Amino acid sequence: MDTSEDILQQASPDLVRGSETARPAKAARLSPTFISWLQAGPMMLVFLAFFLIPLVFVVIVSFWDYNEYQLLPAFSGRGYTDTFEGCIAQLPDLCTIAKTYLKTLKFCLLVWAITLFIGFWVAYFLAFHIKSKTWQMGLSLLCTIPFWTSNVIRMIAWIPLLGRNGLVNSGLIKTGLINQPVEWLLFSEFSVVLALVHLFTFFMVVPIFNSMVRIDKSLIEAAYDAGATGFQTLVNVIIPLTKPGIVIGSIFVITIVMGDFITIGVMGGQQIAAAGKIIETRVNALQFPAAAANAVILLVITFMIITMMSRIVDIKKEL
Amino acid sequence: MTETTRKTGVSRRTLLKSTAGLAGLAAGSGAITGFPYVMSAEPKVLRYLGTAVNEGDDISKQCLKDTGIKIEYITATTDDVTKRVMTQPNSFDVLDTEYFSLKKLVPSGNILALDSKKIKEFDNITPVFTKGETPGGKKIGNQGTAPWKVLYLEGKDSKTFSKTPTEFVTLIPTVYNADTLGIRPDLIKRPISTWAELLNPEFKGKASILNIPSIGIMDAAMVVEATGKYKYADKGNMTKEEIDLTMKVMTEAKKAGQFRAFWKDFNESVNLMASGETVIQSMWSPAVTKVRSMGIACTFQPLKEGYRSWASGFCVSKGVSGAKLDWAYEFVNWFLSGYAGAYLNRQGYYSAVLSTAKANMEPYEWAYWMEGKPAEKDIKAPDGSLLEKAGAVRDGGSYEDRMGGVACWNAVMDENDYMVRKWNEFIAA
Repeated sequence: MDTSEDILQQASPDLVRGSETARPAKAARLSPTFISWLQAGPMMLVFLAFFLIPLVFVVIVSFWDYNEYQLLPAFSGRGYTDTFEGCIAQLPDLCTIAKTYLKTLKFCLLVWAITLFIGFWVAYFLAFHIKSKTWQMGLSLLCTIPFWTSNVIRMIAWIPLLGRNGLVNSGLIKTGLINQPVEWLLFSEFSVVLALVHLFTFFMVVPIFNSMVRIDKSLIEAAYDAGATGFQTLVNVIIPLTKPGIVIGSIFVITIVMGDFITIGVMGGQQIAAAGKIIETRVNALQFPAAAANAVILLVITFMIITMMSRIVDIKKEL
Repeated sequence: MTETTRKTGVSRRTLLKSTAGLAGLAAGSGAITGFPYVMSAEPKVLRYLGTAVNEGDDISKQCLKDTGIKIEYITATTDDVTKRVMTQPNSFDVLDTEYFSLKKLVPSGNILALDSKKIKEFDNITPVFTKGETPGGKKIGNQGTAPWKVLYLEGKDSKTFSKTPTEFVTLIPTVYNADTLGIRPDLIKRPISTWAELLNPEFKGKASILNIPSIGIMDAAMVVEATGKYKYADKGNMTKEEIDLTMKVMTEAKKAGQFRAFWKDFNESVNLMASGETVIQSMWSPAVTKVRSMGIACTFQPLKEGYRSWASGFCVSKGVSGAKLDWAYEFVNWFLSGYAGAYLNRQGYYSAVLSTAKANMEPYEWAYWMEGKPAEKDIKAPDGSLLEKAGAVRDGGSYEDRMGGVACWNAVMDENDYMVRKWNEFIAA
């Protein structure tokens, strides 16, 4: 792994030589700071134009007023107050919005834990048990299979498997384990978690695998030589060194699940609301400020989770 | 490295040049005709925004043949059509939308009313739209956003609906239908005659309702009224209390596990029904047809409380003027001239001008679809696939009976904002 200074040293002479106007004498005076800005600049501009500025607009619009068919650019907290309508009155019962967010968080936590467990062991297998690079690549690509289908196809595909008259139910009935079809296999929280895990385990596998491959094999040999058991090696060597991968994978999964409403909608039979779903219905009702307000709330919550995670592991330092 | 940098410099410049060239081409050509060198006569192109209901390829092909107008379809869901009119009025020319959206669209000023004097067949449009009665003189239920309430504007650029006929028509009617519940007779095994059956515990975990608030709330209201829990003054314009009550009944049913799923689009509804996940649900006529064409028994069951109806029509975007506006009139006139009407009738919808559609259909087809008579021959869909064998009778019978049995129309209420919030709470409950 090169440090940034190494890269700079390699790159700056090239940069200077490559620029047709700059004369070598002048080039020597280009300060390193300027060069590093030059390198980071393009990405920063893209980030600014396509992420930060739209985000600022979302925050601004969330404080506008609205009616049936247009935005009214006047300061108003209506987008937020409508969202939490009746929440105080209903105490100690939770209002819909709070319930929805709790449900989303619950999915998030479950999916995160399951994908982490599965993803970790899949990555472990790929990194330490598959010796050839080709096989590693091939098997990693296999993990992308869930993405080869559209959501509609996916929804249709689960029905024959998990449905009332589906494969699983008829199999269970034939073996005599049950005599009535099990209803909770489809259009339930179970099926939502199943589909999310099926989709997003890949996002855990890749960064964790990436961290594991970079572990110096001599460290593992050293642990073995020092008399560590396999389990001790795992806990004291491998897990600490794959932490960055775990955190990056977790950030992927958590942000995607927090914002997901399509999979949750499809697999929950549209009966389970998610935080993203609230935004979608608001947009469909042309209530853009309310939608923006909900987007801001979701963003803040997701950001808080990510901040907590990066407190646990300092990614910048680890990378 | 040096070389590569230089190379990139060159390729970047070429890239820029070519992109600029492309952009210039795209901007300059306006409409891409496929023959950019034919610039003598401007091609007649209309961008047609609507839901997929009447966007048949056969219709656009026939239209090109008869009038030389090329129709470019832009297909979106009901909600997305409205969104697009509000936010990008210049991205389409002709709009095909439902009457209940007008309460949102007209105040925005993004659509233009059409002049009824320029519509050849206007006087022959079915009295369902103009008078609120069937050709046979049956009064049609007027709860909700019934078309005749929002058919006319007071003036050319007015934003107020006129109670009396004027020449400024908000939407020239194209297609409409009477909707009811779809059932699987083979799994239910007994007659179904009321909307209340949707909440019958017998179908626990096997019922479904559609998750489009403006339409779903009407189905819910039909159900609540049928159970005898409440009688609405106007189902299509509820008070906050009525919305609360309706949603409370539905939420209790949901918590008791009555619903298997909610559906949002055509394919979802077909799948739920065909797989037997549901046996009774809100449904659209062509979805029932689709399930039947898979060889699965499915009935669009007429119910004693009546039908929930919807209707859509044509208007143009405010950006349309001059020659384009003339083409739009030409297109609307062509649409009412029979071919398209017959095409829609053969799908189980209804066309706005019955006389011209009849002239374009075989007598036995007309008798089956419109008069409720047993089919003399096999009934085929527009694409030629077999829909019904000879001897079959249409669910719900004749045009008179079906449209005469309409109880309410899809609606946007005064309390729409509140209703949408409550509906979402029901979905999330």
